[in-house]
Amino acid sequence: MEILMAFVCGFLFMAAIYLILSRSLLRIIIGTGLLSHGAHLLILTMGSFKGSAPPVLSEGVTDYVDPVPQALILTAIVISFGVTAFFLVLAYRAYQELKTDDMTLMKGSEDHE
Amino acid sequence: MNNFLLLPIIIPFFFGMFLIFNQKRLAYQRIITMLGLILAIICALSLVYKVYLDGPQTVTFGSWPAPFGITMVSDMVSALLVTTTLVLAFFIVWYGFESIGKERERFFYYPGVMFIITGVNGAFTTGDIFNLFVFFEVLLMASYLLIVLGGEKAQLRESIKYILVNVLSSALFVITVAFLYSVVGTLSMADISLKIAEIKQPGIITVIAVMFLMVFGMKAAIFPLYFWLPSAYSAPPIPVLALFGALLTKVGVYAIMRTYTLFFTHDLAYTHELLLILSIITIIAGCIGALAHFDVKQIIIYNIVIAVGVILFGVAQMNQIGLEGAMFYLVHDMIIKAALFMLIGLVIYVTGTTNLRKMGGLMKTYPALGWFYLIAAFGLAGVPPLSGFVGKLLIVQGGFQAGNIWTSLLLLASSLVVLLSVMRIFIYAFWGEQGQVSNQVNKKVYNRMFFPTMLLVFISILYGVGTEWLTPLMEDAAKILIEPSIYTDAVMKGGN
Repeated sequence: MEILMAFVCGFLFMAAIYLILSRSLLRIIIGTGLLSHGAHLLILTMGSFKGSAPPVLSEGVTDYVDPVPQALILTAIVISFGVTAFFLVLAYRAYQELKTDDMTLMKGSEDHE
Repeated sequence: MNNFLLLPIIIPFFFGMFLIFNQKRLAYQRIITMLGLILAIICALSLVYKVYLDGPQTVTFGSWPAPFGITMVSDMVSALLVTTTLVLAFFIVWYGFESIGKERERFFYYPGVMFIITGVNGAFTTGDIFNLFVFFEVLLMASYLLIVLGGEKAQLRESIKYILVNVLSSALFVITVAFLYSVVGTLSMADISLKIAEIKQPGIITVIAVMFLMVFGMKAAIFPLYFWLPSAYSAPPIPVLALFGALLTKVGVYAIMRTYTLFFTHDLAYTHELLLILSIITIIAGCIGALAHFDVKQIIIYNIVIAVGVILFGVAQMNQIGLEGAMFYLVHDMIIKAALFMLIGLVIYVTGTTNLRKMGGLMKTYPALGWFYLIAAFGLAGVPPLSGFVGKLLIVQGGFQAGNIWTSLLLLASSLVVLLSVMRIFIYAFWGEQGQVSNQVNKKVYNRMFFPTMLLVFISILYGVGTEWLTPLMEDAAKILIEPSIYTDAVMKGGN
């Protein structure tokens, strides 16, 4: 199971890097979304899939999954959600002001030598 | 009262929350900000005194035993950095009253500053690796706000790149923490240190060490990862630039310093050799950049890169003297970079340009500015009575002691390039024929901006002259870096 998940994470990272290296700003933001998905899935995988019951105390269950990675993922999800929301609004503003979403046209300052 | 060490984090946080209300009333915003910073500085100074007397202070939240809860650790390293952060923030905010502009002040500039300080102080104080990630995000979120606030075209363009780079390095941080958790099964930094010592650092831990170097190197701008810094830092206004230049990269440097002295100390021949090589190339790359530009902002920005290389060179030596020098140089560099950016801001204010070729002859009209700039420039290069001298002396001494003769000589040679790059600003802007002059200089505004700058230069002089008083503190800091057992004992036994 861990091997399969490692391949899935690797594929997500590959797709994310490919999208981040493209020219359009929206494709880059989609790439960051995939990157954070891959990272969160990797935390879950690295915590290993031992244990069968969800980490909620209940009678007669002794075999819980590791609760720490789930707490880490929950934290990382809201943080990346906040950053992505900010990034999307920034992209919108930049499109209004700069009239382009092509990263190759967003270079240098006007007084650059 | 063992929660005392949290005050330098909590006070800026609470004052930041109060500043969200009443955002259009400038007097309220300014007074509350200054009040909060003064209060936090007093707490930080007494924290330094307490740490000096009683050793490292620790508190684990919720009274959980040490590796299970989140621990905050205040040793001499973090206490000194927290104090420096707050003092610099105080002067930069004061300077910003006249230069940041009323429009920005009305739109959450001050809460942004307070939250960035919360994040920086938290990152310096935390004893938990995932909590470090969270505090990184706190300071990064606030820095996204400050870098784009104002919404000029250049700011929008550069902040997109800045955010993208930081999103990537944050994702890499999460991935690295996931790998580390799967190997050692704990998140508390003291416990990680003990677990790695138990398993004698197998190959996978060395891989994780290099990944941490990439993550923190992206924040700290070391050689192959500094590409984002010059353009991103050229966008925001001067007070924000001073805040970023003095604090943000130094958090990355501190994180490298902490992980490479606490966790990864069993395969020095690989990890610290890599750090040494990268720090030397960082210095060279920074020197090239600092000489290549005729833009005053860019020259000082590339000097940040050089200083990062110098500090990490001290860390890579892994001996008492080198680490003591790195601590001296880290605090010196935070102070002097803030002072230099503030001085450069004044030069830009009176000339109305950032291009060195258009400036000239300021010595006749602004002699005090010229002399203070000269003192700060000598301080940066490390001329003996001033602040940069002791740190670099100890770093080079550490380098000789560790047998890195040629690289230490190269470090000394880089001081000449630093001196040349900042003296070029002095020669072009202050000597020669009268150059361009801005037509909207208000003498009163200028004086109000000059006063905090002058005080900060005085502090940097005091830092250089008063080395004797600071040495015991720095020795304490270096001792805890070279001897991880002091740190782990303080945390695992609940401290005092």
